Amino acid sequence: MWHGANTHEQNERTDMNRRFFAQLFGRGAAALALASSALVLAMPAAAADEAADAMIKRLSTEVLETIKGDKAIQAGDMSKVITLVDTKIMPNVNFQRMTASAVGPAWRKATPEQQKRLQDEFKILLVRTYSGALAQVSDQQIVVKPLRAAAEDTEVLVRSEVRGGVDPIQLDYRLEKTPGEGLGWKIYNLNVLGVWLVETYRSQFASEINAKGIDGLIATLQTRNQSNAKKS
Amino acid sequence: MKKRANFAAWVGAIAIFATISGCATRPDANPVDPWEPMNRSIYGFNQSVDDAVLRPVATAYVKHVPEPVRIGTSNFFSNISEPWNFINNILQGRIRNAGETLTRFSLNTVFGVFGLADVATDAGIERHSEDFGQTLGVWGVPTGPYLVLPLLGPANMRDGPALIVDYAANPVLQLDSQAAQNTLALLLFVDRRALLLKTGNLLDEAALDKYSFSRDVFLQYRRAAIRDSNSNAKAVDEERYDLNP
Repeated sequence: MWHGANTHEQNERTDMNRRFFAQLFGRGAAALALASSALVLAMPAAAADEAADAMIKRLSTEVLETIKGDKAIQAGDMSKVITLVDTKIMPNVNFQRMTASAVGPAWRKATPEQQKRLQDEFKILLVRTYSGALAQVSDQQIVVKPLRAAAEDTEVLVRSEVRGGVDPIQLDYRLEKTPGEGLGWKIYNLNVLGVWLVETYRSQFASEINAKGIDGLIATLQTRNQSNAKKS
Repeated sequence: MKKRANFAAWVGAIAIFATISGCATRPDANPVDPWEPMNRSIYGFNQSVDDAVLRPVATAYVKHVPEPVRIGTSNFFSNISEPWNFINNILQGRIRNAGETLTRFSLNTVFGVFGLADVATDAGIERHSEDFGQTLGVWGVPTGPYLVLPLLGPANMRDGPALIVDYAANPVLQLDSQAAQNTLALLLFVDRRALLLKTGNLLDEAALDKYSFSRDVFLQYRRAAIRDSNSNAKAVDEERYDLNP
């Protein structure tokens, strides 16, 4: 072992390293960050399409209030959180686009059955991750920044911040316009502290596909989901 | 002094070793991570040390130390790093953030009783953490290849050596008593690891390959930390695989 090496230096380096991870995933703030990529409670079906930033703000606030107010969730009931995410949040995400973007060129070579399975397994993985993070929300606030987009833009970036933890957490969404569908906008990518979800999973998936092909990727996702489910 | 020299020697040795092994990089090497084989083994080593020692200690810390004490400890260590944040903010030209950092430090040291309470955040004054590696980045120094340091985790050829400067600036190192230094350093270490316990679990569940996941997250995070926050706005023209060509 390198006996001469200084623990203080290790610790400071760990400090910086850990700090970013703590920000990224720590406590409830990032939990909320991941969570609020989604939309919430039942909306009137015929609502006129909102501006994307107004929608994110309203829905983030509603998710927050639901989580904070639900005693079972605050006590750590994971299955409740998973149900919440699955039924209220995911319908407002363009999951096919997200999965296809993460899989990359191989998506076109996959059969429709493979594509469906990829989507399903990826969805389970993300729901599980979101729920785990969501379960830690306690008293965070969301601040949505003013939208910088032209009225006719069909793809926008909404920037927001989660406050209430040690440091504010940057949380950005990319949304596409879906007039007449759902709430008028759907999320297709998410950024926490500068890290884009789709980009991160792109390289995860690419190495699996290179090593084992699409079926190998599906199998890996499935195994991971099963082992995650055993933990809860 | 001696310990800093040892650390510098360590980083230097890694650099030399990495360069040599880099020369023998495989043709299919990842362009952002040309030293992947070496990095993976160091990462594996870090994980086993973590599983055997660090995680159990941090878990016990969380279990047995009351939360207010832990929060106070975290706040204390954050506060003593503020002067260095201040200097780095100045060096990067972020004058307003530097001013806020100074305000934070004053408020927390005085009203927060030597930093135990984070009154500045409650007052709405944000933290602006900046380390020397980020300063170098803002000045235009390229990161160089991705590097995993033994026990310290993800870094790169720019930020690794920049740590030497960060450490030299840490007040914990300025104490006279070696015993006090070691105790505080150990406490800092456990405190930070405790903050990350849930992160570790999340990583286990979300990542298909923990090594590449933590690398890609680290690289994106460091790039974003240095860049102007507005550069995110332009959507890159992506290929739409989900639509028919």
